[in-house]
Amino acid sequence: MQQYSLLSARALGNLFRRPFYGADIITQADLIGVGSLPIVILTGFFTGGVLALQTASTLAQFGAGAITGQLVSFSMIKELGPVLTSLMVSGRNASGMASELGSMMVTEQIDAMRALGTDPLKKLVMPRIVATIIMMFFLTIVSDAVGITGGALVAVLMLGQDASQYFHTAYQSLQYADVLQGLVKPLFFGFIIATIGCYYGMNTRGGTQGVGRSTTQAVVVSSVLIIAVDFVISRFMIGIFGR
Amino acid sequence: MADLAVQQDIPESQAHPEAPAVRFEDVSIGFEGKDVLEHISFQVERGKTRILLGPAGVGKSVLLKLADGLFRPDSGRVFIFGYEVSAMPEEELFRLRESIGIVFQEGALFDSLTVRDNVGYRLMEQQLPDEEIDQRVTEALRFVELEHTLTKFPSELSGGMRRRVAIARAIITKPDLILYDSPTGGLDPITSTTIIELVIKQRDAYGTSSIVVTHRLQDAFMMAGHCFNRETGKIEPLPEGTTDPSTSFLVLHQGKLVFDGSTHDLVHSDDEFLKEYLA
Repeated sequence: MQQYSLLSARALGNLFRRPFYGADIITQADLIGVGSLPIVILTGFFTGGVLALQTASTLAQFGAGAITGQLVSFSMIKELGPVLTSLMVSGRNASGMASELGSMMVTEQIDAMRALGTDPLKKLVMPRIVATIIMMFFLTIVSDAVGITGGALVAVLMLGQDASQYFHTAYQSLQYADVLQGLVKPLFFGFIIATIGCYYGMNTRGGTQGVGRSTTQAVVVSSVLIIAVDFVISRFMIGIFGR
Repeated sequence: MADLAVQQDIPESQAHPEAPAVRFEDVSIGFEGKDVLEHISFQVERGKTRILLGPAGVGKSVLLKLADGLFRPDSGRVFIFGYEVSAMPEEELFRLRESIGIVFQEGALFDSLTVRDNVGYRLMEQQLPDEEIDQRVTEALRFVELEHTLTKFPSELSGGMRRRVAIARAIITKPDLILYDSPTGGLDPITSTTIIELVIKQRDAYGTSSIVVTHRLQDAFMMAGHCFNRETGKIEPLPEGTTDPSTSFLVLHQGKLVFDGSTHDLVHSDDEFLKEYLA
């Protein structure tokens, strides 16, 4: 825990020290953000769709089929968008970071970098943390939008609901606090994904077997932490905004 | 002390010209409760080469990493050019390391970068112009006779070529101290000879202080018994019965320094372990 905190603090502290690795941040943003776009779009779309499919019939039993859009948008924006996007990115990128940095550790490339006068926390870890946090924010917005669209397609094309009504309820019931909650979470989740991935990568020991172990641990720990932190943030935000 | 060099904008290696290149004072280090090095004390004078011998797993690489500040000792002090690296914050170490070159056991080249970017890594970090980087990289690669490999990736090179690229990377900034960690480990005899010739060439052409870790006696004695002839540009054996005066030996055994002296003293030692080791 102490080592993890130190790594995170030192990496973030490096954000304000020269040299600034802006190009590395952009490269990582491309790898993490643009690279994750297909899985985030697919996950968001089908999650929104299945949400509409599963809830519409239940809502209809209470005569509330008209608020399918509201339920889908609430669920996507406050919970499923941030959490599922984070879990997808975690599976793809926390593992990628752990295996890449882990391989560099066991082949002494990290030592070589230090010996050549470069701080690996500044060159390798900081850009990954910054890029993941920024890209998680935008990926979540994409996931929310695609999820609501997926729900709309199912509601309109398969369940015969009115499109205008779906989008009207989806939009009108949303409040500032809901959007804020949905956009604050990915910032924390992005931090968790990058720091956990880098922490396990930078602490890899034991050759290729160690790299495999680090990769697995990074995905498991970051996924569990995302869900646990999601609960804490939700409770905190509900406490503040009352919804 | 580091601040002084920064203020005066002089290389760290020249801030204390009277200090030896490397000094270990009663250094001990262990991992997971096991002592690896115990009470190691020695020094490397400027312009001198120390060959560090010892059986595999005795802590030779650990000692080199201590010298570069990559590990910190559990007790004792390590000085490089008069700076106590064992007590320096990492930020200051990065500046000091500009005066130190290191060749890792397996080369430790960045596998996602080309040979050009590997060799010119330090210069790229210093944000020098591309033309200057290209020129200095080519010069360093010419030294190791690999100037045709600029655009190749490490995975496209043989083991010996990778080791030579690692040497080029270590010498590109003309460091005042070079640490070689088993530069011939795992290589065939012909390639090993090529690598050792490069180490000798660097020693004699530039007078760089160095520590050469090896467990191959033939490499060690080739270094002690050969020199680089600037006129012919070739490595030549020294006259029978003479050895290079700037090259001396250190021998590690069971975590302790059991020998520190000249080639002559080493081969004439009465120590049972040394006799057996050299036999």
